[in-house]
Parts: sequence; structure tokens; C-alpha cells
Amino acid sequence: MTKPLIKIEDLSLGFTAKGGRQGPILRGVSLELAAGETLGIVGESGSGKSTVALAMMGYLKSGLSVFGGRVVFDGRDMFALSEKDRARLRGGAIALIPQNAGQALTPTLRIGQQIDEALRLHADLNAAQRADRVVELLARVRLPSPADMAQRYPHELSGGQQQRAAVAMALAGNAKALLLDEPTTGLDVTTQAHILEFLRTLAREVGVAMIYVSHDMGVIARVADRVAVMYAGQLAEEGPTRDVLRAPKHPYTRGLLASIPRLEEPGLPASMPGTPPAVGSELTGCAFADRCPIVQGDCRSAVPDLVRMNASQVRCLHADMPDMPRPRTHREPDIQTTLALALSDVAISYTKPGLLDRLFKRPVKTPTVERVDFALKKGETLGLVGESGSGKSTILRAVAGLVGTQAGSVTLGKGESLSMPVSRRDRETLRRVQMIFQNADASLNPRQTIAEILGAPLRLYHGMKGAEAQARAEELLEAVRLPARYLSRFPGQLSGGEKQRVGVARAFAANPEVTLCDEVTSALDVSVQAAALALLTRLQRENGSSYIFVSHDLAVVRAVSDRVAVLYQGRVCEIGPAAAVYAPPYHPYTQTLMGAVLEPDPDVAPKLLADDVTEKSPPASGCPFQRRCPRRIGKVCDTIVPPEREMADGHVIHCHLDAETLDEKPQKVPQMQPRKLAEMVGG
Amino acid sequence: MLALIQNVAARPSGAIGLTLTLCHVLMAVLAPWLAPYDPTMQNADAILLAPSSTHWMGTDTLGRDVFSRVIYGGRLAIAVTFAAAVVATLWGGFAGIFFGTVGGRVDEYAMRIVDAFLSVPWLLFLLLIISIGGAGPVTIIPTLGFFYGVAVLRVVRGAAMQVAARDFITAAKARGEKLWPIITREMFPNLSDILLVEGAMRWSWMLLAFSSLSFLGFGATPPTPDWGLMVAQERGLLSTAPWGVFWPCLALSSLIIGINLLADAVGKALGLDRATAIAV
Amino acid sequence: MPSLILRRIGFAAFTIAFVSMIMFAAVEALPGNVCTSFLQRFAQGPRLERCIEQQGLDRPALVRYGEWVSGAVQGDFGYSLKKRKPINELIRERFRNTALLGGIAALIAIPLAIFLGIVAGVRRDRPLDLSLSGAAMLAMTIPEFVTATALIYVFAITLQWFPAVTILPPNAGLMQMLPNIVLPVLVLSAVLIAHIMRMMRASVIDVMTSDYVQMARLKGVPERQIIRKHVVPNAMIPALNVIALTIAWLLAGVVVVEKVFNYPGLGTLMIQAIFDRDLPLVQAIALIFSVIYVGVNLLADLAALALDPRLRRKGH
Repeated sequence: MTKPLIKIEDLSLGFTAKGGRQGPILRGVSLELAAGETLGIVGESGSGKSTVALAMMGYLKSGLSVFGGRVVFDGRDMFALSEKDRARLRGGAIALIPQNAGQALTPTLRIGQQIDEALRLHADLNAAQRADRVVELLARVRLPSPADMAQRYPHELSGGQQQRAAVAMALAGNAKALLLDEPTTGLDVTTQAHILEFLRTLAREVGVAMIYVSHDMGVIARVADRVAVMYAGQLAEEGPTRDVLRAPKHPYTRGLLASIPRLEEPGLPASMPGTPPAVGSELTGCAFADRCPIVQGDCRSAVPDLVRMNASQVRCLHADMPDMPRPRTHREPDIQTTLALALSDVAISYTKPGLLDRLFKRPVKTPTVERVDFALKKGETLGLVGESGSGKSTILRAVAGLVGTQAGSVTLGKGESLSMPVSRRDRETLRRVQMIFQNADASLNPRQTIAEILGAPLRLYHGMKGAEAQARAEELLEAVRLPARYLSRFPGQLSGGEKQRVGVARAFAANPEVTLCDEVTSALDVSVQAAALALLTRLQRENGSSYIFVSHDLAVVRAVSDRVAVLYQGRVCEIGPAAAVYAPPYHPYTQTLMGAVLEPDPDVAPKLLADDVTEKSPPASGCPFQRRCPRRIGKVCDTIVPPEREMADGHVIHCHLDAETLDEKPQKVPQMQPRKLAEMVGG
Repeated sequence: MLALIQNVAARPSGAIGLTLTLCHVLMAVLAPWLAPYDPTMQNADAILLAPSSTHWMGTDTLGRDVFSRVIYGGRLAIAVTFAAAVVATLWGGFAGIFFGTVGGRVDEYAMRIVDAFLSVPWLLFLLLIISIGGAGPVTIIPTLGFFYGVAVLRVVRGAAMQVAARDFITAAKARGEKLWPIITREMFPNLSDILLVEGAMRWSWMLLAFSSLSFLGFGATPPTPDWGLMVAQERGLLSTAPWGVFWPCLALSSLIIGINLLADAVGKALGLDRATAIAV
Repeated sequence: MPSLILRRIGFAAFTIAFVSMIMFAAVEALPGNVCTSFLQRFAQGPRLERCIEQQGLDRPALVRYGEWVSGAVQGDFGYSLKKRKPINELIRERFRNTALLGGIAALIAIPLAIFLGIVAGVRRDRPLDLSLSGAAMLAMTIPEFVTATALIYVFAITLQWFPAVTILPPNAGLMQMLPNIVLPVLVLSAVLIAHIMRMMRASVIDVMTSDYVQMARLKGVPERQIIRKHVVPNAMIPALNVIALTIAWLLAGVVVVEKVFNYPGLGTLMIQAIFDRDLPLVQAIALIFSVIYVGVNLLADLAALALDPRLRRKGH
């Protein structure tokens, strides 16, 4: 290997608590990166992955200090440089592309001004040259009408566009290394796939080295040449991407990969028990010992060293031991013939026509959600997938009575109406429908004990109080595998996974017939997610509740659903048994979504079928997907609502194309439509 | 609660604030036992005496003992403003939580009115009301309570909106809880800290306002011993007998600073640093 | 964009209308009327009748409110009971004097306070910030009449640099007025500076922890430029409204300060009017102050519009 561009040597850093106790966040991390190479740093929350990346720029978040080791960038010790010299490197030779470009762009400055600022600092150009260069850079990141973009403010760009603008800013200083801190987290899958493909191409074109930080193995698999797996502030394993993903050697890497739901392999992924050590705590042995399936006595006596194995390095004393099998478990749903919930031709609109609109007979706005039809049997799980703005959460909120329906009917069980808002539902109806929220942190009142939180539905629906409620709450905790002593705790004293379990327990306190799960695992780390999915599946079998499971993650939906509905702009594109929806024939939108999913496999490339345009509102008529559809026929798509085509038993696709045409293997689609791209860059 | 007091007392500002406030409250309560003289007793033979061993802070234009008057001088101000602060915190706090929870049109219109009230010059309004209804606690407590309550409302409503946007409130609504239990069980526990700090802050500002009123001649009426009034009365003799002005000024300022420091420290101890800084 | 400005102006107009209505209603609600309140125990016979006729109290309240408002818009505030003169004659010079006092104080205080707030926020928790914040705390908590008294003791009595109180008539020339204005301006700006500085500091600290400031640092932007281009404009936006409110609330301090220094402005006139139970005069002055309040708020709103592109594009 040639002389590395970045070399981290035994870097330890962290915070110093009152009384001088050191709380390490990084513990002796060593890494190397060659020029032009892409390194992926992967790990769960609290693993220190972002801290390593920022340290490469010689940057520490406030309150942190270096305990030992050094970072050498291009021959210079970053922490030994003066602040002024460091500033010269930052944004120049090494530039950051932030996690949330929307928040990392200064709201009061135009995009052009912000890029110009970087140019002024790092490039020797006059004003006119800089103005040209700004437009050139914006074109290089494939932003449409770059001259116009330069004049815009950050809030006038979509999420994907903001991210591209941030890339343009990073490129302004002719960087040798780009640091990407979860740059696609929070973006829609199709947008993410486009940005990643773009970054890959860019790295090759410009010959720049990249450090790519992510929690998502799929993303890392796609972009990285080498992967560093972080755990508890240490490197657990480091090596070429293919080796690490195909033949992981550290038990943590193996567990992590096994806990990821896959599109190709239906069923519940294996979960990893326990939680990582708290950030800043002291280690006396292997950090992973408590969660390791092959732990031995000597693992706890000393912290293992990083050992070289072939092209990789592994921090495990027993990496050569055969791994424990981690089988996927298959759901055994107990689906009854009785109906639990039915939606028929439901439309939902957030904007009510105002007085003026009615007076002047202005056209009513297209509803946010329209023509939604589905039925849910007792014990069945229906998955709703789609990108942001697909209306999947809105449908849940309508069933829960939090938003009103504009048209159509929602019925529960034997036909009891659910069309009224929450305030006009009776106790019994309320009890039968329960909701579990995305963010357990926000869905539990921080000022109530777990006993009070679980007590609320018990009091409201079952009139339980005192010892009776206490006893029932203990049973509920037992059902979600939490100890009874947690009853006196506050949510702040629980980990993310534990909080989500309490949220599940609260929903089941009502003994619901329909449980609405709104992105319940998307805020969790994958290893915790797997356990949460297993818990939901077990509770369903025990209680016979029906689920509507909303997620943007196609693989997660596949893992837990019996049937799946794919939504775009508040309209159903495709609905049917999970196995049928996840196999051809596809609706063009389903196909686009599936093509954009990133698998933790270095040899699977995404297929980009449609532009990553973010649509703000549904089209007034015709097919909801008309503007982005790769298989668009013509005017008929814009004007006429596509027919429901029954492909097989219960598998319906809403499309103007017939079954045979849809079933055709899609033609090989180029990575980016070259004509379009040329237009954008040229313009 | 005990832990909170310990946390507050451990901060330098909290320790000073707590001591000053406690001393003043104790002084006001125990005034009859602490004061060496009757604060209203005039003595023609002892006019404008400089501080001495018999009159520690000297005497005023009417021969009254300044030390005794300073000890008594906070009683009315503390009682009136404390009552007004309670009124302000209760009504402003309740209305703030209510509008923050309900949201929507109701909240929007209510806030228009609140904004209009916030741009009413409250002191002038108070003066207008006094000129109609006359000075005295009966007019001052409700008026101060009302106007300061509007500011409390604004701050609490802002905080309540943030709480109301969180999923546990959505969860309570979806569960079918009525408005009142949502306000008392779910919202209030998350806002009680802000109310406490807001109340204390408003109290200190009201003391400032009340003493200004007294100074202008619209608060306490003679011969009531009151710091603001004492300053107004003795100000003419600032060059010859500064003690008549100095001591009441010191007493008043130390109390307001004390409460302010205390409120600041409580806010920091509760992790509300920012919420109080943006207080109107 | 123009519609947004119009909307802000509309709200200001609404506020003034609202305030004037409350002020009118407050007087209407009192037992008796303006004349009985003024005349007290002499409120009987021809004196009362003459007063009622002169104030036009025999007509319905709504009509009188309409006349009061339309008169005020044209600069006619009615007739003072005590001084037996048209009110606008009484307030003309005094308005000039108060505007002079408030204007100079604001001109000194606002820029200085914003600057100090930025300095304190940037140097958060360092000695400079601690001393600035401590001083601000003192200036905020010590009542204006106490500060004023202390200044008089030092600068007027001990050093004899400035007069302790103003003994000029309201219509004295500007040059004569100037030495009298120094101490009142000092007191008023001390309080203004303290409040605005605190607000600005909090806002700067908030912005300094934002992602975009961290991003600017990681772009290699020098700290000074970060503060000038990234921090200050963004910190100003939330601070503006509170600054306006503070100025508005502290305008009330003008009354106290004028009284302490016996300064011939609207404040002293108002206090006198209250003592005289001259309600038409009190109402008129209160209305003028309200209009100034609302005007300052409007300016802040428009400045926020100019600073924040997010506000400009979307109706808020």
C-alpha cells in the first residue's frame, strides 16, 4: 500500500467528568485510508463512528478532549496544528458532507453565497471566476438549472437537493478526502439510491477519498472499498468490504448482519440480546462479552487486541471458533376468517374548504389520501409501504380517529363504524383500536413512571386501580420481557429498545383487536429492531390482534406482513399477499422502490428506474405515479384513474398496463438516463 | 424537592439568591419583633439624625427611625406582589397550557388578542386604572396579576405547544382521554418547572414595578413604611441626608436581585436555561 | 411579499384599534363619568352641566368613541379638564422632549446592546461574559429610580457635572435641553442595554450550537467571519421581536425616569394628569404611547422579514 492519506494512530478521546474521571468515547482506534479509497465506518448509536470521522478533520465536539494517540492527514498531525492551519485544511483538502444538509446550510444565506464562501477560502479565483465555478459545481452535482439554484435559499430546495448542494460545497475546495456523516439518513429510499450512485461516480471521476459513516450496512456495502465496524468506541473488525460482509469474523459483525431483514429472505431476522456498554464506561474485558453467543472465560479478563486475519483485522480472542447458527424464524400467523377492520373507498383531506372557497366555488383540492380500500382479517398483518408523503401514516391516524375521513367508510369487526373522530367514539370502540408510535422517546410521558403510563389504559378501559392495576401492569411488563421493578422507573432511565417495549405493553394493556404500528422500529438500531419485530409477532400470536404495520423499509414490512399495500401520494398502487407483491409482476412504483433498496451485499447493485423527484402533492387526476413513472404510456396516465387489475388471488395492481406487459422483465435500465444527465450538466 | 434545593444551593448564584430571599421574607414576617422603634412614630426632636448607636440608619424628615422603616418597608410590597405573582402564574399558566394543548383556530385567535395585550403599555394602563379606581392592593393585585399573566401565558403556551406536539399527547388523545385529564395528567407535569421559574421571575419584576408605583405616589400611601415611598420622600435631601435614601434602595435592590438569582438558579437546576432567557 | 407587509401593518392597525377600545371602555366602565371623576364633590349644578356639555358626554358612548378616534387620527385629542386647553397644545413640546429622550437612549442602547450580547454569547461563560452578564443582571433588577438617584448623587451633587433636575419649561430650546438629558438617557439606556443584551446573548448561544455553525467551522471559515455571516443574522431573527417587546415594556420606564429628573416630557404630564384626575389627558397620552409601542413592534416585524428568507416566502 502506498503512503496513507489519513492515518489514525491509537486515538482515544472522550469527556472528562467532574472529579477528573475520564469517560472515553473512542478507545484506541487505529485506521488508515489511502488516497482515492472509500472507507465505510459502520456501527450502532453510541459506537463512536461519527466521533472518529470528525476527529479525522481535527474536530472535536465541545466538551471532548484527546486522551492519547494522533490523527495524521496528508503528513500533518491534525491535533498538533494551529487552529488557523487546521481551518485552512478543513473545507479544502478535507471536507464534510453533513448528516442533515437541511440543518447544516445557513438559512439566511443563498446556496451560491455559501459555496462562494468556501471558494473564497480555498480557491484562488476572482469574483467572476468564482461565480462561474459555483454554477459549474452545482451542475456537477446534477442539480437542475444550476444558475437558478445558486440564487435560492436552503429552505427552497428538497431534501435530496439540499444534500447535493452540500456536496457541491464540499467539492469547492478540491478536496482530497470527503467525509460523509450519514448523508442519506432520513431521505427516501429512491433519493438515497440516487445520491449514493452519484457519490460513487463522483469518487471515481474526481479521485477523491471518502470516509462514509453509516448505521446502514446496505449503504456501506454499496459505497465502501473497506469497512470498519465500530463497537463501544473500538474497532471490532476492519477489512475489505466483501470479506467483512460475506465472511464476518467478529461475533458482533455476524450478529449485526444476521439481524438485518432481507428482501430475498422472508421471515424474522435473528436478534441480538442485551445492549452495548454505556458511553464513557470503563472496560475490563471484551466490550461485546455480555452479548456474545460464543463468550469464553478469558473474554472478560482483558480487553482483546486487534489481530490481523488475512486482509482484515479483528478484535476477538475466538474469531476462529465456529459461529452459532442464527436462523431466521418464520412467522406462523393465525389468521381467522372474521373481519377485524375494513376500509372502503376512503378519502382523507387535511385542508378543509374555507368559507371563501365555498363562496366562489373554487375547485376543491385533491385529497391527500383517496380510493383506499382494504380489509384486515383477525390475526392478520397488513403492511403499508411507501416513501414520505405516501399517506401511510395518515391512513393510520384516520383509523385511530386522529384525523377525519372526507369520504368512504371505516368499519371495525362486524361493521361498527369508525368514521367518527376520537372524541365521539365510545370507550369500547376506543379500546379495540390501539396505536404504537415511531419514537418511543416521544410517545412516553417523561414525567410519568412506567406504572402510571401502563395504568392509564387500564384505568380508562378496564376501570382498574391500585393493586389490581399494579398486578396487571406487572403481567404486561412480563409479556414484553421487562422486569417488574421497572414499574417505578421513568422512561428516561430506560434504553431505546426498552422504551419501545413499554409502548407495546401500553397498547396491549387495552387488549386491542386492531393494533396500528407506525414506523415502530425505524428509530431503533438493527439489532434491537430484530428483537422488537419478534416481540410484536409473538404478542400477535398470543392475543390474536390484527396489525397494520407502516414502514418505509420494504424488508421490515416483508418480514412481518401477511399482506402488503404499496402506496404513492395517498393512493394504493398495489396490494396483495406479501409473496406476490414482492415478486413480479410489479406495479412500476413497486418496481422502482424495490430497485432502490440496498442490500448488505457488495454484489447487488440498485436499479434506478425513476427520477428522485420529491412530489409535494398528488396529481389532480389520473395515476398518482404519472409524473415519475418509467413505464408511462401517455395521456391516459394523466387523465384516467388506472383500473384495478387482479393478477392472482387477492393480488391487485392499479395500472393501465395489463398483466402480461407488467410481467415482462424490465429492460436493462442504465444507471442514470444519459440524455437527461447531459441536459442537466449542460444547462 | 429536597434534591432541587440542594442543587440550587450548590450554585453560587442560587446560594446568594436563596439567602437574600429568605432573609427578606423572614425580616418582613418578623418585623414587629426585629424593629427597635415604631416605624410610623414621628419625633420632632430627632429629625434627620445621622446614623448612630441609637438610630443605626439615622432618622428621616419626620424624625422616624430609618432602620425600623427599612425592616417594615418590604411587608406591603412583598405581600402585594407575591399575591399578584400567584394570580399571574395561575391564570397565565392555566390559559397557556390550555391554548397550547387545544391549538388550532381557537389558539390562533387567542394569541392575536394576547399579542395585542402584550403591546399595551401596561404601566400606563395601570396608571389609567389607578386614576379611575384609586391606588391600593384591590386595584393593583388584579391589574399586575392580569398583565404579567399575559406574558406568562405567552411563554407557557410556547412551551406547552412543544409538549403537545409530542407523541405521548397524541397517544393520550388516541386513547380517548378527555381534555381535562390530558391537561392535568399529561401536560402539567411537563410544564410545572417552567411555571415555577416563570412565577419567581415575574415576582421579581413585579416588585420592581410596585416599588416604582410607590415611588411615583400610586402604590403605598403615607404613612405606610414602604421602600419606594421612602426614596420618593427623602430624595429631596439626598445631598444632606443620603441615609434616608440609601438604605431603602439597598433593601429593595437586594431583594429583587435575590429573587432573580434564585429564579435563575432554579431554572438552571431544572435544565430550563433557555426557556427563561427568552422570557418576555 | 407585499401582502406579507400589508398583513403586518394590518395587525398593527388592529392592535391600535383594540388598545384604544380597551382604553375607552375602561373609562366608560367607571362609576359616574369623566366629569364626576374630575369634579369629585363639586360635581353638581351648572359646573357639572358645563363640563358634560364641553366633553359631549350627553351623547351615546359609541358616537363619542368614533369622534375620539377620528379626532386622534387628525391630531386632535380633545380638551383637557384641568388645564382648560386643547390637549394637542399641551403635548406638542412635551412629545418632542420625550421623543428626544427615548430616541437618543434607543440609538445608543440598541446597537451597543446587540454588540455586547454577541460578545457575551461568543465568549460564553468566560470572564468577559460573566462580568457583562452580571452587570446586565444588576441593571435589570435595580429599579430605575434607584439607579437615577445614585447617578444624581454622584454626577449632580458630588461632581456637579449635570443638573439634578430640569427646571426648564417644556418649550425650552434644544440646546438648553441637552445637558438635562444626559443623566436620564444614561438611566434609560442602562436598562435597555441589559434586557436586549441578555436576549441577544441567549440567541447567539443558541445559534452557535446549530449544525450550520459547526458546518461553517468544518468548512474552514475563520471564527470572525462565522460570527459575522452565519451567527449574527440568524441570532437577530428571534431576538428582534423580543427586543421590540422589551423596548415597548421599558418605554414605561420613561415615565419613572422623567419623574425622577422632573423632565418636561409626556411622562411627567401624565402623572400630573392622573393626580388631577384629568382623564381625557391621561387617555390621550396612553394612546400616544400605545401607538409608539405598536410602531416599534411593526418595525421589528418588518426587520425580521428582511432578515429571514423563510418568512418572506411563506405566509406565516
